[in-house]
Amino acid sequence: MGAVVLRGGAPYGLDPHDIVIDDGVITAMTPSNQSGSNALPAEGVELELDASGCTVIPGLVDLHTHLREPGREDAETIATGSQAAAMGGFTCVHAMANTSPVADTAGVVEQVWRRGVEAGIVDVRPVGAVTVGLKGEQLAELGAMASSAASVRVFSDDGLCVHDPLLMRRALEYVKTFDGVVAQHAQDPRLTEAAQMNEGALSARLGLAGWPAVAEEAIIARDVLLAEHVGSRLHVCHVSTAGSVEVIRWAKTRGIPVTAEVTPHHLLLTEELVESFDPIYKVNPPLRRAEDVHALREAVVEGTIDIIATDHAPHPREDKDCEWAAAAMGMVGLETALGIAVEVFIESGLLTWRDLADRMSTIPARIGQVADQGMPIAPGSAANITVWDPSPQGPLEVDALVGKSGNSPYLGRQMPGTVRHVLFRGRPSVVDGALA
Amino acid sequence: MQMLGKHLLSAGDLDRAQALMILDTTAELASVTERSVKKLPTLRGRTVVNLFFEDSTRTRLSFELAAKRLSADVITFSAKGSSVSKGESLKDTALTLEAMGADAVIVRHGASGAPYRLATAGWIDGSVINAGDGTHEHPTQALLDAYTLRSHICGGQGDLQGVHVVIVGDVLHSRVARSNVLLLHTLGAEVTLVAPPTLIPVGVESWPCSVSYHLDDALMQADAVMMLRVQAERMAGSYFPSTLEYSRLYGLDAPRLELLKDRAIVMHPGPMNRGLEISADVADSSRAVIVEQVANGVNVRMACLYLLLGGAGSQAGGD
Amino acid sequence: MVFLSSARVVLDQADISRAVRRISHEIVENSRGSDDLIILGIPTRGVPLARRIAETVAQIEGHPVPCGALDVTLYRDDLRLREVRALEPTDIPAQGIDGCTVVLVDDVLYSGRTIRAALDAVHDLGRPAIVRLAVMIDRGHRELPIRPDFIGKNLPTAKDETVRVRFVEIDGVDDVMIDSESVGDADAG
Ligand SMILES: [Zn+2]
Repeated sequence: MGAVVLRGGAPYGLDPHDIVIDDGVITAMTPSNQSGSNALPAEGVELELDASGCTVIPGLVDLHTHLREPGREDAETIATGSQAAAMGGFTCVHAMANTSPVADTAGVVEQVWRRGVEAGIVDVRPVGAVTVGLKGEQLAELGAMASSAASVRVFSDDGLCVHDPLLMRRALEYVKTFDGVVAQHAQDPRLTEAAQMNEGALSARLGLAGWPAVAEEAIIARDVLLAEHVGSRLHVCHVSTAGSVEVIRWAKTRGIPVTAEVTPHHLLLTEELVESFDPIYKVNPPLRRAEDVHALREAVVEGTIDIIATDHAPHPREDKDCEWAAAAMGMVGLETALGIAVEVFIESGLLTWRDLADRMSTIPARIGQVADQGMPIAPGSAANITVWDPSPQGPLEVDALVGKSGNSPYLGRQMPGTVRHVLFRGRPSVVDGALA
Repeated sequence: MQMLGKHLLSAGDLDRAQALMILDTTAELASVTERSVKKLPTLRGRTVVNLFFEDSTRTRLSFELAAKRLSADVITFSAKGSSVSKGESLKDTALTLEAMGADAVIVRHGASGAPYRLATAGWIDGSVINAGDGTHEHPTQALLDAYTLRSHICGGQGDLQGVHVVIVGDVLHSRVARSNVLLLHTLGAEVTLVAPPTLIPVGVESWPCSVSYHLDDALMQADAVMMLRVQAERMAGSYFPSTLEYSRLYGLDAPRLELLKDRAIVMHPGPMNRGLEISADVADSSRAVIVEQVANGVNVRMACLYLLLGGAGSQAGGD
Repeated sequence: MVFLSSARVVLDQADISRAVRRISHEIVENSRGSDDLIILGIPTRGVPLARRIAETVAQIEGHPVPCGALDVTLYRDDLRLREVRALEPTDIPAQGIDGCTVVLVDDVLYSGRTIRAALDAVHDLGRPAIVRLAVMIDRGHRELPIRPDFIGKNLPTAKDETVRVRFVEIDGVDDVMIDSESVGDADAG
């Protein structure tokens, strides 16, 4: 494909520039107000995209995505999940291992990786299971997955916690060979048996079995100490409580190599929504108190929580069209993550666009060790680019979600803008708010 | 005016005036139940569905009798012997009931909040009455308890201002306790929950009641003591070390009965575990109003059905 | 409740007292030879009227006359046309109504549907020998074959008019008014 010119967009929300992309790389950037810019190639411009009034940031990288394939293609496939990701401004997603079969062998992760390449609109990076079948009993073939074509670097039993402390220790140690990272879904299983929502005054009143904050905090505390002891990297999935933030802050102060993520829904929604008993709000870890939301936002701002990750969890309609206890846990989030982040951090002035790009692109790419992702908007960078249009949107409708499942808690919500264009390795994946 | 909302889902939905309206209506209906012709034509042509996903013969029969005494057509879907037991979803069952033209659905379900889903998901149009959902609520039980308390302690009139009720047992898993705390508070009663700390929910501080771990102290203040059913299986979950220890610390037996005020009554929502939370001699004593609670249950449910279905509902404007 | 200027008083306190006396005398005359007279008022305003009639009859007869209240709400055929109504007390004299002469008392007779409901309610209570009907006002427009035995006043009305009976026991004043605008929650039947 010939050159692409992105006109008038403001990198990181600063001054508008015209950006030239050729052969998958940003080749030139000139301020838009300099007319007759000589940086534009004289010929061979195949596509011009209008980005005036928009903000240009590196393509987003999600460290925590459930694409459901193989096994639950009724909920999502690698192809539809890739589309949802692109529409949400992502150029790379990490596909969680809790599929059926579980992604615990080189064969499965290579299959997932290959399907991602076939879909071809985002990088699909498989996450390998830590233990065989996510059973928490025996290490999966971590080395084989790492050296496979998928070159897995992130390992997680997400959905389940690696709760056996010895097994967790071994996993942390073992992935050092290839500088991998274990991403822990921190949930003590015994403390959360049959848990339905955050434990506290509201769960007491609603008669729903509680998911106490301590069940998350205790595992994180144990794991950071283990990571320190064996000198390994640890990543904590979907941190949801103020107490977890304190533990992680303490660990970072001690110099323990821990990184952490938070989901958009834990940054915005609170447990009061459960009062409706509408399972659209059922998610794991559960929605917490306003105090937790506040602490999580603060942690993102100060960097105690390193990144925002979606935990995009598609479920078919029937898994939510039922009573609370029977409903599946999880929310879709790829299409809405950036909008929620903008609402929470940009509109409030808590973060600059550059800060937000770090937390949604650069740092997750670094944690996942993904080449060519999360690079700055600058000449020489791989052209993974997202263009955010801040024009106010109407209420979010289910038809706007291109993934297979519509279990979004934000339906009917006014979003602060929309993803206008996305370039994936120099090629447009989204143009004017539609899949290219 | 509209006296109640469209549904009866939580005892917390009722304000004082509405709760008193139900109790006063119950009192009027009780006089009908005492005469030889017990049937009233009030709900002729209305269809009431008993939808029981959980086995509870006594509650089901109570609602059935209440609906029949008001001449409603009553259909019972129970977990046994219907498609419900074959794994049909709540939604599909609801759509079936809607097709049958149910004016009210009385639902008992093992999942907290299931009646809310029925009432709000748009699957059915009729009124929903919560007949017990998981460990959440059982509002008609609280109403019949309040009615029983009022007739014994308050001369059958007014609210329960100043009445002290002690609720003892597995509060954590009890929908009866939740509904009673809310309703008794609304009616002005003072409630003390007594249980081992393991059977009191985290977050109880926000409830309008006090909590004690010591039964004997609490009993001396009580105008009524309500014993909750304790399942022996809770022992396996380490909620208490043994049934023997439980009944020694929290069971109501004859010596403890002596601690009560002269006119204090003993209540139990049933079914009882004689020998665990209540001794046989206490259950059969003159203090116990347990059988009367059952009789009041029918009248309270008639009152709820009348007040929910006995008018035009929300479609017509009041005048 | 709004009282518009078009409301006019058709019976005052003295008229009402006279009507009660006349009705009471007629009841005594009509039920001569029957010891088992029971006066049952239909709430709300049938009840104080029944009480006044029962007292007057007792004065004439020289012995007390049992009097009670009979709420007919649960027997109405028009429940679904209006918001749900609160039940009023039903109070049947202890001896019951079997074999008695029951005089039903209401303030206004209109469509006749309230009395139809009352007859059903009486039927479920027992088997009286005779049932009679006394009303303060008969305003016409009957929808059922029901006719009062004792009437305070015949008051021909238009359908869009409202007849309002007030008694001291409930309203603090005794009078009957007619109003050409429909206001408040007046006579349903
Ligand atoms: Zn997880």
